[in-house]
Amino acid sequence: MQWETVIGLEVHVQLATRSKIFSGASTAFGAEPNTQACAVDLGLPGVLPVLNEQAVAMAVQFGLGIHAEIPDVSVFDRKNYFYPDLPKGYQTSQMYEPIVGPGEVEILFDDGESKRIRVHHAHLEEDAGKSLHEDFHGMTGIDLNRAGTPLLEIVSEPDMRSAKEAAAYLKAIHSIVTYLGISDGNMAEGSMRCDVNVSVRPKGQEAFGTRAEIKNVNSFRFVERAIAFEVERQVELLEDGGKVVQETRLYDPDADETRSMRTKEEANDYRYFPCPDLLPVVLDQAYIDHLRDNLPELPAAKRERFQGELGLSAYDAGVLSASRAMAEYFERVHEVCGDAKLAANWVQGELSGALNREGLAIAASPVSADQLGQLIGRVMDDTINGKAAKQVFQALWHGEGGDESNSADAVIEAKGLKQVTDSGAIEAMIDQVIRDSPAQVAQYRDAEPDKRGKMIGYFVGQVMKASRGTANPQQVNGLLKEKLDALC
Amino acid sequence: MHDQTLTGLAAALAAGEFSSRELTEHLLARIERHDGALNSFITVTGEQALAAADATDALRARGEAGPLTGLPLALKDIFCTQGVKTSCGSRMLDNFTAPYDASVVERLAAAGTLSLGKTNMDEFAMGSSNENSHYGPVKNPWDLTAVPGGSSGGSAAAVAAGLVPAALGTDTGGSIRQPAAFCGITGLKPTYGRVSRYGMVAYASSLDQAGPMARTAEDCAHLLGAIAGHDPRDSTSVARGVPDYTAGLDAPLSGLKIGLPKEYFGDGLSAEVETAVREAIRVYESLGATVREVSLPHTHYAIPAYYVIAPAEASSNLSRYDGVRFGHRCENPSDLTDLYKRSRGEGFGEEVKRRILIGTHTLSEGFFDAYYKQAQKVRRLIRQDFLAAFDEVDVLMGPASPTPAFDLGANKDPVSMYLQDIYTIAVNLAGIPGISVPAGFAGGRPVGLQILGTHFAEAQLLNVAHQFQQATDWHLRRPGFIEETA
Amino acid sequence: MALEHADVLKAAHLARLGLDEGEADRYLDDLGRILEMVDQLQSLDTEGVAPLAHPLDATQRLRADEATETDRRETFQRVAPAVENGLYLVPRVVE
Repeated sequence: MQWETVIGLEVHVQLATRSKIFSGASTAFGAEPNTQACAVDLGLPGVLPVLNEQAVAMAVQFGLGIHAEIPDVSVFDRKNYFYPDLPKGYQTSQMYEPIVGPGEVEILFDDGESKRIRVHHAHLEEDAGKSLHEDFHGMTGIDLNRAGTPLLEIVSEPDMRSAKEAAAYLKAIHSIVTYLGISDGNMAEGSMRCDVNVSVRPKGQEAFGTRAEIKNVNSFRFVERAIAFEVERQVELLEDGGKVVQETRLYDPDADETRSMRTKEEANDYRYFPCPDLLPVVLDQAYIDHLRDNLPELPAAKRERFQGELGLSAYDAGVLSASRAMAEYFERVHEVCGDAKLAANWVQGELSGALNREGLAIAASPVSADQLGQLIGRVMDDTINGKAAKQVFQALWHGEGGDESNSADAVIEAKGLKQVTDSGAIEAMIDQVIRDSPAQVAQYRDAEPDKRGKMIGYFVGQVMKASRGTANPQQVNGLLKEKLDALC
Repeated sequence: MHDQTLTGLAAALAAGEFSSRELTEHLLARIERHDGALNSFITVTGEQALAAADATDALRARGEAGPLTGLPLALKDIFCTQGVKTSCGSRMLDNFTAPYDASVVERLAAAGTLSLGKTNMDEFAMGSSNENSHYGPVKNPWDLTAVPGGSSGGSAAAVAAGLVPAALGTDTGGSIRQPAAFCGITGLKPTYGRVSRYGMVAYASSLDQAGPMARTAEDCAHLLGAIAGHDPRDSTSVARGVPDYTAGLDAPLSGLKIGLPKEYFGDGLSAEVETAVREAIRVYESLGATVREVSLPHTHYAIPAYYVIAPAEASSNLSRYDGVRFGHRCENPSDLTDLYKRSRGEGFGEEVKRRILIGTHTLSEGFFDAYYKQAQKVRRLIRQDFLAAFDEVDVLMGPASPTPAFDLGANKDPVSMYLQDIYTIAVNLAGIPGISVPAGFAGGRPVGLQILGTHFAEAQLLNVAHQFQQATDWHLRRPGFIEETA
Repeated sequence: MALEHADVLKAAHLARLGLDEGEADRYLDDLGRILEMVDQLQSLDTEGVAPLAHPLDATQRLRADEATETDRRETFQRVAPAVENGLYLVPRVVE
């Protein structure tokens, strides 16, 4: 039987506020345990929550970024359950009236194809603390620094049909939140976490199969692998005449498998009800308009502009707009050198190659966008040739030329890479090479005219060598041909 | 000294008749001597009180005293007080020393008052008789066999017995007004949101409100002025200016339109209480007020709605008492569930558990719409009843409680105990202010007249109550307890 | 809506309240009568009435995004039943 996979994602994004969603405690990562858990975060008796305006603004920005409805009113509810990392015994969340309504995200594939994934809603909630299971005499230690960090939970419709689509969706969300600057998107530190709902159904069947929810899937790669494993498991189960159980499973990256989380003794009953300590959040149109007017250009718009205005290919436009850092780097290079295609080639070629080799993010590139732009400019104005340009790039990569924006010029100067375009000087070098190569000249002369084109390469090489690579190759070619043909 | 009003004591301190230290020492001595019989205090902070009294005397010597400087008060043990045990009347918090002051505690200190200690209360403010305290019941100073009312019973009894001139209470369904009525003092529940709830241990967040309990409306006006106002730490506190509540106290009442809700004079109201209340209303007529009957048709549904909403909120608010970060923790928990169940099972008393169970049940799957949502709809209807009545009249009047203080141990059944709050509970659901003033006696026990106003009408309520107290002397009566032991 | 013994046990478990058998029976009786009283609500027609969550029609005020709190771990943990290395200790949580 042919099976179809149905996937929905719940992505939790930690918002990059300075303070927590309901308290004035810092959200900085990595502090000593419980030093950033204030009375409100600890749920001490009598304390009360007050909502962080930045968390609201960021959630709305996200909503605008996915063309979602932003309801006038949203309400916080309490989700009640006991767990040691949940200090109040309830999580303040939004069950019935979330801050962001239905929207959609466009995902892109390598072949340039795209697909729209619907977002059901996104809501604000508070993060829980962390349980540390190292041995404290058989006890678990609780660190509540993370408790109260603002989370935006983005809930998709079950619109994805493959692990690839799910990964592309997750990347699109990552790209939007980092473009907006509302999250650092750092999956390794847990700033972005993902629960995956997976089910399979016979191809052509409309009704959904029973789904499993996979928790703890915290990298793009793991999303693909967890889904791949889970789909295989479910299909195998069904083909063997079994049934998929609706349950929560955990992805174990080391074993590369999903495992059933021990079935709880009773079904959860979270007893959601409106949080009486918080009032309805009412957003007026002027506020929403103000945020919309100040939204940065988002990946989809950038991609279109790169294609339409700058004339890049769909593939190049997609790669260069995938992250805000990449796009900003490219745009600066383009601004400095003035040629979009050259800028795109250099960023995706020489630069990305070097970054990949050393495993660096573009933000950590040793060559700045200004330096690369200037370097490309020097190729464009014939100051250096392509070969020299690669040397200059290497030098800049290793910090030569200093970190000033004119360091490309400094390297060119120091290494004497300036291209020789003085035809008198080039002719003198050519004459010398011809004098030094009587045998090759003789061969050239004796060859059939249509074979001579290939043989000229030897002479070009010799002249370039004599110029230490600085002679303009086109000039060398033209002048050599003239002089050799004159000898025939 | 101990027989004076707060206003009188303020004048005496200002005139130099005695110092705050002398006053504080006198009251501490009285507490020492009499509170064994009353059990109105859980914690007495004598040393801190004396140090604070000295500091205020020094302030006065430098000419920096304000109107409330040097006045000793007591705080219901529901208010967090930094460095002082804050038990909320529960075994759960018997070992809890608050690491911060409630906003109202800060405001009272900033106004120059000092605290003699923390008063007894029904556990987590759940009760109408003060019999639900981990620290034992409080006795009514008018009759030691009677309850003082609840849940702010300790505050009411301490003021009535002259152990302290005024105290702070909280009112979720009548917990200021009913004990004020039972103990023959004046108690004001402000409009929801008028006074900050920050640092006040939560019972039912959408109903809880702190307020003053004192001998007179004038004293309450002074205290309300000190504690009211917007608090950025409480999202439900209202950003609205605080008037001078004493400014309009003397305004004449001619033309005042009083409404008598017919539902507040029906079955279950004791004849003696009704007589006292009707007599009080005649006093108002003599002061120039007009009286008419009004209807609050949904009154009957107030107790059912309250016993859905309040326990639901409480069941969630009290989940933080889990034996992990503070409060009672059971011995040698075998696992996490055991830690939770035994810590909470041991730490909470019977009434608290009862309400947590009710709230948990009514919020649970399959019951939420029928109970919680329906109760919230009824809540809107109850509020509409009041707002419609206030379109026609200025204030509403009636009894604070259907009976005077009942005997200790008389009400064993929870439901019949709940039904006692029939006249006070709707006020919290609607969020309007209410005040109870002494209006006579029934069988030797005080009767309270309850006066209700529309949202933020505290100044008017205080004026109406003050004018009554200018025309009557019920608020000046003192329980025999004081004379016997003076 | 009649209350059953299992309802009381379920609520007690959800609320993590340890009850012994006698207590559960007593609460079943109390809770049953309280719910009977509460069930009067069902007789009221509330069609078209919006639920009221707060007595005032106020809206949420927002706080500026500033980290204003300082580290008070030592003070807060002075009232904690069991801490080690700054962590609150609970019986081992199995994941």
